[in-house]
Amino acid sequence: MMLSVIYAILFYAATLLLIVGVGRKIAIYARTPAPLKIPTTPAPITKAGVVWRMTKEVTVFQSLFKSNKWTWLFGWVFHVALALVLLRHLRYFQEPVWTVVALIQPFGKYAAFAMLAGLAGLWARRFLVDRVRYITNLSDHLMLALLVAIGISGLGIKFVSHTDIVSLKAFVQGLMYFDLQPLPSDGFLLVHLTLVLILMVVFPISKLLHVPGLFFMPTRNQVDNPREVRHTAGWTAE
Amino acid sequence: MAAKFDTPELFENIAVIDPPPKYEEGAMAHSRPFVAKPAHNEGIGYPGELVDNWEEKAVTRLGELVDGSRALRTFLDSCVKCGACTDKCHYFLGTKDPKNMPVARQDLLRSIYRRYYTFAGKHFPKLVGARDMDKSVLDEWYSYFHQCSQCRRCSVFCPYGIDTAEISMAAREIMDSVGLGQKYCNEILAKVHVVGNNLGLPEPALADTLEGLEEDVEEDTGVAIRFPLDVKGADVLLITPSADFFAEPHIDGLIGYAKVFHQAGISWTLSSYASEAANFSMFIGSGDNLKKVAMRIRDAAIDLGVKRIIVGECGHAWRVAYSFWNTLAGPFDFLDPKYPAPQHIVEFTYDLIQRGALNLDKEANDHRRITFHDSCNVARASRMGDMPGGQFILPREVIKAAANNFFDMAPETIHENTFCCGGGGGLLTDDLMELRVKGAMPRMQALKQVVDDHDVNTLVAICAICKTQFAKTLPYYNNPMSMITSLHHVVGDAIQLGTKE
Ligand code: HEM
Ligand code: HEM
Ligand code: SF4
Ligand code: SF4
Repeated sequence: MMLSVIYAILFYAATLLLIVGVGRKIAIYARTPAPLKIPTTPAPITKAGVVWRMTKEVTVFQSLFKSNKWTWLFGWVFHVALALVLLRHLRYFQEPVWTVVALIQPFGKYAAFAMLAGLAGLWARRFLVDRVRYITNLSDHLMLALLVAIGISGLGIKFVSHTDIVSLKAFVQGLMYFDLQPLPSDGFLLVHLTLVLILMVVFPISKLLHVPGLFFMPTRNQVDNPREVRHTAGWTAE
Repeated sequence: MAAKFDTPELFENIAVIDPPPKYEEGAMAHSRPFVAKPAHNEGIGYPGELVDNWEEKAVTRLGELVDGSRALRTFLDSCVKCGACTDKCHYFLGTKDPKNMPVARQDLLRSIYRRYYTFAGKHFPKLVGARDMDKSVLDEWYSYFHQCSQCRRCSVFCPYGIDTAEISMAAREIMDSVGLGQKYCNEILAKVHVVGNNLGLPEPALADTLEGLEEDVEEDTGVAIRFPLDVKGADVLLITPSADFFAEPHIDGLIGYAKVFHQAGISWTLSSYASEAANFSMFIGSGDNLKKVAMRIRDAAIDLGVKRIIVGECGHAWRVAYSFWNTLAGPFDFLDPKYPAPQHIVEFTYDLIQRGALNLDKEANDHRRITFHDSCNVARASRMGDMPGGQFILPREVIKAAANNFFDMAPETIHENTFCCGGGGGLLTDDLMELRVKGAMPRMQALKQVVDDHDVNTLVAICAICKTQFAKTLPYYNNPMSMITSLHHVVGDAIQLGTKE
């Protein structure tokens, strides 16, 4: 039970840090003015066009595809697989479970391997491509290491030492409804959860800020209409 | 003067050198433009010389800039070091210096941002590549932020649109604010504030020049074509880069505009008060100066009582005019609402051609085999016409209406993928000749392909900087200097004077 209490406290703390940290960043991004019109052109000339541009960037990494096919392949596979994995995890948080989440359960297994393959490709580039090696900091390796370790430990739970999914779900639900339930104390699970805690904490202070940041980039989200609509913000509004 | 250097080698039958070069650490570490004199800095509102405790002031200024610019803030936070931009910069491709890879250039500033403004950088600097602001950082900034032409090519290819140009502008603003300015930009800007143009050409000299031009053109063509200055009540105020008054091949473009106005029968004027389209304030990231220079144009337009403002062939000037004027000096509600404000001279000529208002004889250009260089600021920071990408279509349509032989360079080197001429962003100075020649390499490689395949002999551009840069660098790559010309030179040569008016 001691263990359950510790993990419960850690999860509450990490969730708080994650939400407050990312929320704060989003607030700062939203508050910081974009004084000039700087969309990278050709850019859409309507709001709907911008939504379509952003949708393509977020779902198929359009610009990255133009840039570099290998990075695109590894990066896109990693993100899509990650999305599947995370969707699949929703089942621990929901009762009843959404139909979509139930439906994708079978793909989850493969998603984990795809995610690891994508990560491996991205990591390999950091060693093999001289230019990418040059710009890589230690933190970039560590981030990949963390995600790989989360993936491997997750697979460990699944294929090496099963955990009691029912009581894990009870523990997670207990956290959500402030009704503490015991956490199964299997090795892989504890490793997995510890790594996830670390990920949550570093999220708002690392390059994972690309997730909120991406939606605020003036070069991508501005409408190309400076002659038609007078834009002012920040120092240009003074 | 600069030490000797080797012109990069070009290859047969390719548009882009692939794979990109292996990097060579420090290959361009010696490149530094001349430092501005105190008078230049003070003339545009900055301290004359490096101030005391500049380290602290630079860090403070960085914080202010980040607070005031969503772009800067998200760019500095969000880069994932994916490397997609690393082979996209013409300066990296031409110099092989790894600090000319866009993300590495950003990191010169990001390392400071992280150190002073992020949790990770404050507590774990080594981990995230954060470092203290010191003299070696400043030296590196001065060198490498003057190896970025702010062309935005990296921004096209970054999955998030991170634009290194914005980072370079911020870095230059920080350096200026602590008293370390670049001579070329700051000296020129100071002249604009006093005289009204980059050349420091006062009204009488400008009037003389235009008069001389009228005589020359009349001698050449037998037609009296006017180059009006400060004419109140003219329909159009033409704002053009001052290089158009003097430099080759720019001046042929100016003659071309005059012929277009002449045949269309639209009254126009230049302004001696606002005799400059260029606005170098953008290059140094200075909002105050940007606005001050833009206001000259508004004031001139009101003073002259014109109905329209048209901007001549200049890349960054068109960006400033198209994207920023309305913000900085608008609203332009005193102009005729029937026309976009401002309008590009190419939009103007294109509309006239569409309406059949110009008589163009394509055969007059049969000696030319033409290709077109998309200037960065037109391609990636502005638009022409009423649809996205009009900036690629309109100039080509105008060329094709005026000439028979047109050949585009390879698709990966034109439109939004265009390679910078190598001289933009405030780098068009002789003290950066090595950088300029090496930075021109990717464009020269693509050009070589159309020269080899199609006997192209004419490179058309719509930017004063591109024209000067190519006139200087083409010979290094065994092309004649005269290969570069103005778009409106081609138009001007095709206009059948006396057939419409
Ligand atoms: C809206 C959702 C997201 C979008 C559109 C997005 C987009 C991208 C893009 C375009 C890249 C660059 C290409 C690449 O290296 O894969 C990238 C990199 C990365 N993303 Fe995301 N991402 C998203 C969410 C996430 C999330 C939730 C995580 C992690 C929990 C994440 C972790 C990473 C990491 C670690 C990298 C760097 C990979 C490397 O080191 O090469 N992303 N992301
Ligand atoms: C509170 C958060 C989390 C909990 C309670 C949790 C729990 C689990 C459990 C119990 C499994 C085994 C599933 C099975 O045996 O069928 C698993 C697998 C896995 N987890 Fe997590 N996990 C969490 C967060 C994450 C996160 C944030 C990631 C990714 C960044 C992740 C990635 C994976 C992967 C890749 C697998 C293996 C494939 C799969 O079964 O989906 N987990 N996780
Ligand atoms: S803006 Fe242009 S010159 Fe500057 S880093 Fe990007 S590609 Fe290079
Ligand atoms: S492409 Fe964008 S995210 Fe990738 S390394 Fe370059 S600047 Fe960073």
